Amino acid sequence: MIWNKNKECMSRDEMSDLQGKRLHKLVELVYHNVPFYREKMQALDMTPDDIRTIEDIRKLPFTTKQDLRDNYPTGLQAASQSEIVRFHASSGTTGNPTVVGYTRRDLEIWSESAARAFTAYGVTRDDIFSVGYGYGLFTGGLGAHYGVEYVGATVVPTSTGNTEKHLRLLKDLKITGLACTPSYALYLAEAMEKHGMTKDDISLKIGAFGAEPWTENMRQEIESRLGLQAYNIYGLSEIIGPGVSYECECKNGSHISEDHFYPEIIDPDTLEPLPYGTTGELVFTTLTKTGMPLLRYRTRDLSSLISGQCECGRTNVRMTRIIGRCDDMLIIRGINVFPSQVESVILDMPEFEPVYLMVVDRVNLLDTLEVQVEVRRDYFSDELGTMLQLKKKLADKLKSILSISANVRLMEPGSISRSEGKSVRVIDKRKLK
Amino acid sequence: MTTKQISVFLENKTGRLNEVTKALAAHDINMQAFCIAETTDFGLMRLIVQDADRTAAVLRDAGFAVILTDVIQIHCPNVPGALSKILESLAEDDIFIEYMYAFAQSESAEVIINPNNLLKCLEVLKRKHPEIL
Repeated sequence: MIWNKNKECMSRDEMSDLQGKRLHKLVELVYHNVPFYREKMQALDMTPDDIRTIEDIRKLPFTTKQDLRDNYPTGLQAASQSEIVRFHASSGTTGNPTVVGYTRRDLEIWSESAARAFTAYGVTRDDIFSVGYGYGLFTGGLGAHYGVEYVGATVVPTSTGNTEKHLRLLKDLKITGLACTPSYALYLAEAMEKHGMTKDDISLKIGAFGAEPWTENMRQEIESRLGLQAYNIYGLSEIIGPGVSYECECKNGSHISEDHFYPEIIDPDTLEPLPYGTTGELVFTTLTKTGMPLLRYRTRDLSSLISGQCECGRTNVRMTRIIGRCDDMLIIRGINVFPSQVESVILDMPEFEPVYLMVVDRVNLLDTLEVQVEVRRDYFSDELGTMLQLKKKLADKLKSILSISANVRLMEPGSISRSEGKSVRVIDKRKLK
Repeated sequence: MTTKQISVFLENKTGRLNEVTKALAAHDINMQAFCIAETTDFGLMRLIVQDADRTAAVLRDAGFAVILTDVIQIHCPNVPGALSKILESLAEDDIFIEYMYAFAQSESAEVIINPNNLLKCLEVLKRKHPEIL
């Protein structure tokens, strides 16, 4: 199903035309209202009149997370304070938090974008949707909430933390949809099994998962354990929140609402735009936002873009799964390693629980990688040899995917901490030294 | 005779073994024999108790990964050369021993054997050393 056929199935020429016009308006807005952008453009000897088509976007400067921090809290805001109706903020664990102000129109754009996502998953007004993202400064909870409501379905704002009650409501209210992080979905599945419930005791059929990178294996795992169809939802608070892009029934890349959020892929080192199909850093320009619009915001997420009409009928550009973040990328013995690579190997092996912890350290000037995994109860053996073989099997697979060897550590079931929000999957002890 | 052995997976972590013995003590369970096999990052504790099924349930409830395995338990005379005779009989019949452990008491020792072929091992012992079963 398609929520906004006019915008989601537009011809490419019409889309470029619309994007060009919106970009020009955006540049005028920030040039006159945001000193940060005016100064940057003046330094490049540019005026808004230099930006006429969407291709002109390459002339514009980038915006980074650091720029947001340097202009904390509201220095990049284009709207006056009286027009702002809401603030969201990031956690700010590594510096100033990032504060984003929304105008009433921004909230409307956000809800409409999220409604496109939920409609693509098959959600209708007959569905009952549990939103298990955190509600609050984080955009996940309220973003999904407004999207579900916009479609006309029923929202159950369960939020995070109360898993027992969540399970009970899933069952008693016959909830049909679940929005949360993929790791929380697995946590719920585990809790359900602990309480002796199976997927037949609940009525879930649609899952909207995002806010952290996940893999195809994780999708299969969630689908089979919860008995639903799992779809990706992507977004970030700096751009707007969940709903920037979303999968359709084809599950082959996430469609970007590019009439609002213009995507580019760049080489994170040279900053040169990369062609379709090439992996690099994802960059977004908010074409229609008025609260805190951003030009060419570097997300640090690594992805690639897919062009061409999708089998679902949408013409919007798709983005592939986030394979990691430029900042998440670990360089171990000179090799680039992403936690998602380790995850895909572990989820592929039924012998292990779908959780892991990577511990990176430096011993005698040499980087070490330890991967901790839990062996499923059914796969324990009384023979040391069998257990050591299992350990070797995982180590061999990791080596072939990562190109470096990892020390596998077998742990007792339940000993690696599960998280209800974003999980800690990497401990880099090198940074502490 | 065959008996059920309990194997507990243990991370190499201070105090983990103590948690097993604590759980057993709390349920008044006595160990007849046990051994620990270890690698660099985990260990397997194997133990023989009176009621293996109940003990397994107690340990599972305490959060341990537990499996039950059938092993052979013999009463070997506690004198020099007794075990040698038994092992020689097994070797003659091509029986390979995966692992074994023992608890010596006054007159005899409880010996636990996990052979590669349990039925054949039992048959050999019955034929050659019926007194120890």
